[in-house]
Amino acid sequence: MTKSAGNPVSVSFRRQSNAREWKEKLIGFVLLCCALVSIATTVSIVIVLLNDSVFNFNAIGKDTDRPLEGLVTGTAGQLKLKGRGTKFLHDLGQLTQGDDERADGPALIHIDGVEYGVQTRESDTELTLDRPLENDVSGGTVMRVDLAQRAFFQQVSLKEFLTDREWTPQMPHRSQQKFGILPLLTNTLLVTGIAALIGVPIGLAAAIYLSEYAGPQERNIIKPILEVLAGIPTVVYGYFALMFITPWVLRPFFQDLLGFKVSFFNAASGGIVVGIMTIPMVASLSEDVLRAVPRSLREAAYALGATKFDVSMKVIVPAALSGILASFLLAIARAIGETMAVSLACGRTPNLTINPLDQIGTMTGYIVQVSQGDTPVGSLVYKSIFAIALTLFLITLTMNIISQWILKRYREAYQ
Amino acid sequence: MSLSFVSDKSDPVLLRRQLVSRVFAKVCRFCTWGALAVLAILLACVGWNAVGWLDWQFLTSVHSADPEKAGLFAGIWGSFWMIQLTVLFCVPLGIGTAIYLEEYAPRNLLTGLIKINLANLAGVPSIVYGMLGLAVFARMFGMFSKDGGQPTLYEIPGIMQFELPFGRSVLTGSLTMTLLILPVVVIASQEALKAVPSSIRTASYALGASRWQTIRWQVLPAAVPGITTGVILAISRAIGETAPLVMIGSLTTIFYTPGDINSPADLIRHPGKLADVPFSKFTAMPIQIYNWIGQAKRDFSHVAAAGIVTLLFVLLAFNALAVWIRYRASKKIQW
Repeated sequence: MTKSAGNPVSVSFRRQSNAREWKEKLIGFVLLCCALVSIATTVSIVIVLLNDSVFNFNAIGKDTDRPLEGLVTGTAGQLKLKGRGTKFLHDLGQLTQGDDERADGPALIHIDGVEYGVQTRESDTELTLDRPLENDVSGGTVMRVDLAQRAFFQQVSLKEFLTDREWTPQMPHRSQQKFGILPLLTNTLLVTGIAALIGVPIGLAAAIYLSEYAGPQERNIIKPILEVLAGIPTVVYGYFALMFITPWVLRPFFQDLLGFKVSFFNAASGGIVVGIMTIPMVASLSEDVLRAVPRSLREAAYALGATKFDVSMKVIVPAALSGILASFLLAIARAIGETMAVSLACGRTPNLTINPLDQIGTMTGYIVQVSQGDTPVGSLVYKSIFAIALTLFLITLTMNIISQWILKRYREAYQ
Repeated sequence: MSLSFVSDKSDPVLLRRQLVSRVFAKVCRFCTWGALAVLAILLACVGWNAVGWLDWQFLTSVHSADPEKAGLFAGIWGSFWMIQLTVLFCVPLGIGTAIYLEEYAPRNLLTGLIKINLANLAGVPSIVYGMLGLAVFARMFGMFSKDGGQPTLYEIPGIMQFELPFGRSVLTGSLTMTLLILPVVVIASQEALKAVPSSIRTASYALGASRWQTIRWQVLPAAVPGITTGVILAISRAIGETAPLVMIGSLTTIFYTPGDINSPADLIRHPGKLADVPFSKFTAMPIQIYNWIGQAKRDFSHVAAAGIVTLLFVLLAFNALAVWIRYRASKKIQW
């Protein structure tokens, strides 16, 4: 600074540029923070899904996560605890899990690994459960008692989750509850399969038509309408399935004409509307890649005597195959994660079936069902939706990653 | 050498190929217009069921157990306030992210991570966002709840009171929706920023403008139509999205509007009520419709249809606005 002391112009200039630099840096930092929100979102999604399914964050650092041994006496649902249980039951009084609307639901405890609701708490050492104990306790047995802080996969083994063929969380006793994801997964894939059968070919045909056949005027009409179709809320499609597809399409054809029984809630109606939903997505994504194929390829094919069919199906589609496949995968991932239409149209009884006219229960449908019902927050059934959501998240994430990989790996680059 | 091969009409192979080509064109055309016909059938089905039910009474009354008296009033105001807040949060965040990625981001690992992450977030099912909103905004992992799950009351003296966690409030709904549509807004804004030619930036730099001045006065104004279109389409998705609201548990049986503001005049008369809006419980249009579809009484299907027509009308208006902005911009700006 001493050097330029005699020259005020240069001093002020440098100062200004310094301030400007700082301002620039500050703006850059603020924008970086904006960008980091998306990373934070992903991290929170992962934490939320792991919490309650794989391990329980709420239990960390709390005294209540330690299993306590209590002397259980009494008959039926009466429970008396001695010794270390006293402090535990005091803690229980503090604990009514969940938010305000659900607070009237019972607090939950585990006795020998089985979940019970606590109906009333007589004193610091006595409480009444919502149902009789499953094991015989007439003589006064020592049991492991702990607050229901254990996560889903700490109570249900991964093996049972992946291989059991039944999903019966509504049963009152833990020994009868089965948590096998296979029925839910099969039903989800059934709906997705039907949706793909409808959405993929029609979407691709529409894309080929828009890119190869339609004139600019026709395209100007079709594209905005397809956009509208893509923008219709899924709950409306659910209504459409219930009010139109089942009574006016499926019932007259399959039941009255062919003699199959069509339930009011069925997989086919849900699959069909999800398929309709994915048409605009496949069409617009595929059309973009079809149009990106250079003109010279088309002209070369025509010069060799190809018909329009040959050009589209044997030249243009193969040239754009990676993009088309990626659009299929994205559409299928969307169909798997689709919630409202499916939960409205398909019913709520997961069973291991591939009959599309039967009522089923998908993964997303089950999540909605539990979150809407009066299942106490923190119970095993409530925690099961986090395990399902985690499965759902992993499936769609895998499909998204594969589709991006296909796009990158097999992209045909044209100048 | 004869040139007769060009018009050899009797060649069976050639005839077959031409037939295949013609049939294929018909099939493609049928599929495309068939998809549009489904839209027409859908609208007709909903419209038919709504006739006689969509009236002034429906728009001005709240939910009721009697289908004749049920209405969408609380849902309309709930959706309105939720979307207002969503725009407030989402637009700065989304545009900021897009500007960072397009104009500032160095080519490093973090930038790549953010880009991949955005693409993946766009594919996450909306119900998962609902679970995120429930845990992070509605419950805040139980961090602020006192004994018995009751929220804690905080107060900024003289201005407002608020509760942590947010519970089933308008704020929870809008924050969840913000995260849900953020990837869409970012990707649309990125496209709009990319479309601005680099010569504009270079010219601005040559005139001595700093990076931010270039973005603020040259790039952003040119990209505004594209960004606006993207934001409007994203917002129209947020209006119709149901699954996240089901998860965060917006109630269907709400008989009042957020902040108890029942008309624009109400808002002008008591502007103080505005502070209550973000923290009051709410219901939204799609949630009401979902509830009515599930009702046992037959007549509720007509009420649901009336709600759907209202919802679709709002969405179509938004879509039309986006198309109009795009059309105007394409006429105005020519590089």
